[in-house]
Amino acid sequence: MLGAVWSLLNPVVFLAVFSFVAKVLGASVDDYPVFLLSGLLAWNLFSVSLSTGAQSVVANANLVKKVYFPREILPLATVGVALVDFVLQSIVYFAFLVVIRYGFVLGSIWLYPLAFVALLLLTVAVTFWVSSMNVRYRDLQHLIGLALLVWFWLTPIVYAAGKMHGQIVGPEHRWGSLFWRIYLLNPTAWIVFGFQRALYHSPDANKVLAPFTAGQLGVGLCVVIVILLLLLYATWRTFFGLSGDFAEEL
Amino acid sequence: MSIAIEVADVSKRFRMYREKPSSLKQRILSGRVRAEDFWALRDVSFDVAEGEFFALIGQNGSGKSTLLKVIAGILRPSEGVVRQRGRIAGLLELGAGFHPELTGKENVYLNAAFLGRSHRKTDAVYDDIVEFAELREFMDTQVKFYSSGMLVRLGFACAVHVDPEVILIDEVLAVGDEAFQARCLDRVRTFQKEGRTIVLVTHALDMARQLCDRAAMLDHGVVHAIGGPDQVVREMRRTISKHDLEFAREEGSREIEILGGSLHRGADPLAGPLAPGECVTLQVDLKANEPVDDPVVSFALHDGANNFVFGSDTTQHGVSLGRVDGKRRVRFQLGPVPFTGGQYWVTVGVHSRDNQRVYHVQDQRYSFEVRQTEGRRDQTYVPVTAEVEDL
Repeated sequence: MLGAVWSLLNPVVFLAVFSFVAKVLGASVDDYPVFLLSGLLAWNLFSVSLSTGAQSVVANANLVKKVYFPREILPLATVGVALVDFVLQSIVYFAFLVVIRYGFVLGSIWLYPLAFVALLLLTVAVTFWVSSMNVRYRDLQHLIGLALLVWFWLTPIVYAAGKMHGQIVGPEHRWGSLFWRIYLLNPTAWIVFGFQRALYHSPDANKVLAPFTAGQLGVGLCVVIVILLLLLYATWRTFFGLSGDFAEEL
Repeated sequence: MSIAIEVADVSKRFRMYREKPSSLKQRILSGRVRAEDFWALRDVSFDVAEGEFFALIGQNGSGKSTLLKVIAGILRPSEGVVRQRGRIAGLLELGAGFHPELTGKENVYLNAAFLGRSHRKTDAVYDDIVEFAELREFMDTQVKFYSSGMLVRLGFACAVHVDPEVILIDEVLAVGDEAFQARCLDRVRTFQKEGRTIVLVTHALDMARQLCDRAAMLDHGVVHAIGGPDQVVREMRRTISKHDLEFAREEGSREIEILGGSLHRGADPLAGPLAPGECVTLQVDLKANEPVDDPVVSFALHDGANNFVFGSDTTQHGVSLGRVDGKRRVRFQLGPVPFTGGQYWVTVGVHSRDNQRVYHVQDQRYSFEVRQTEGRRDQTYVPVTAEVEDL
């Protein structure tokens, strides 16, 4: 019982802090906490898995070097821990939505499981890759911190993608359209689009959210999922190629 | 009998880097990496049958532990394959499979999980494990505070209680005290009787000889000898004595020491094999560390299968050494040796006349070889002269 409270403490504090930050920051977006957290929880699952997953094999060197067990358990376990946090945070977040009577829209909520599947695939795939590469190149974990920082700002979590699109894409901006096209190559952008469209439906949603309908996002996410399945296959192969040598590299 | 472990043409290469790039930065800056190959194992092949007690022996750096890790699945062979049947429990290193931050109790469950045992199944044997390890009052202590003896006790207790079909044991048992070692050996014998397979890496050659069904000796990563433990241990001693004379088994209270034994053909040191019927001289040099009255020098010969073939001592030939103070040389002139092809092993010893005190014994330290006469199947050599006369 106390254990459950303990686990909920983290997401509750997390929500409280970010709601406060959101209140202070987000004057230009209605219901900013709802908007912010819909994307941020997904990002947290991804970034926590990556940064702890990178060290998962190295940190357990004394087990890897001395006992046989399926090595893939190590990165999967870190994703599992992050997933538990994600679920708890989501429960608290949904409770929050109910309490403020924000409600759900059936026309777009179906994007949520789709975005979640894509998120999980991406997280597992990239965690496999970084956990195995970090065995050989130990400074990778520092680079990951740097990469995650850049990646975070390339994903529309704290800012509104729709507003950015409105500002940079148009006949008067030569490079804006090009940038937007490159921006759309980022899988986390699509995943966050999906989560936001699924949950955020304030009156000015169409100005705030990415300029895609739920249907378009659904198709987009399906494409992303197919690509991520291929990526997962590739990183899985990489992991197994390298995992045989973990015991001697550590 | 079916095969529990099949090692087929296994080679293991380690890359020895002059400067191994351990970061991307170095990797990008340093360009090509220079590495040398070190082959820890080379084309190793053997089978271990189900229920067999198999010993791996060899000098330090011969590849025994690497081979055990390859069998356990921790290291991947560079070439060849290892096929195992059944669950393998390994006692490869001190504290292997334990997480230092977890308590003894948590580690028991962790260790069992590595071997695919469920929490419930582990509950059933948990008390036995604690009992065997004699660590009841320490089970809630973090393992990082354990002594090496406690670690090895818990490790062994876990490994034997999770019902493995195969158990791999590296030299870790040497850490425990004698009582615990005795209990471990007891347990290992029970294992053997239950028909489980055991692979043991050891430096205790006599233990290997007593316990094992079969043994293999590794030398610089290749199987140098494989077969019955007596034969392999002998081969091991012979190899060691070439490298390091101090290693062969010796016993005694050392009032008198054997400085060395040697074999001679006539006046020259023996080189190359003897022909059947040749004479050989065994020379033993002694040094008394304190004056000893009337010691006896004896020798024994064993054949390649460790059968005793002949022995004698100074008293049987009416020689008395009297009071020994300082150095002495004893020479046994062996008449035409009746042996046929094979390697023969010489044990020399000094002891008191009533055999109550052993001053010094060198067990099968020396050896000589007798040539097999081409195309003959003689068991022994009998000097024969043939005569012909008219009747």
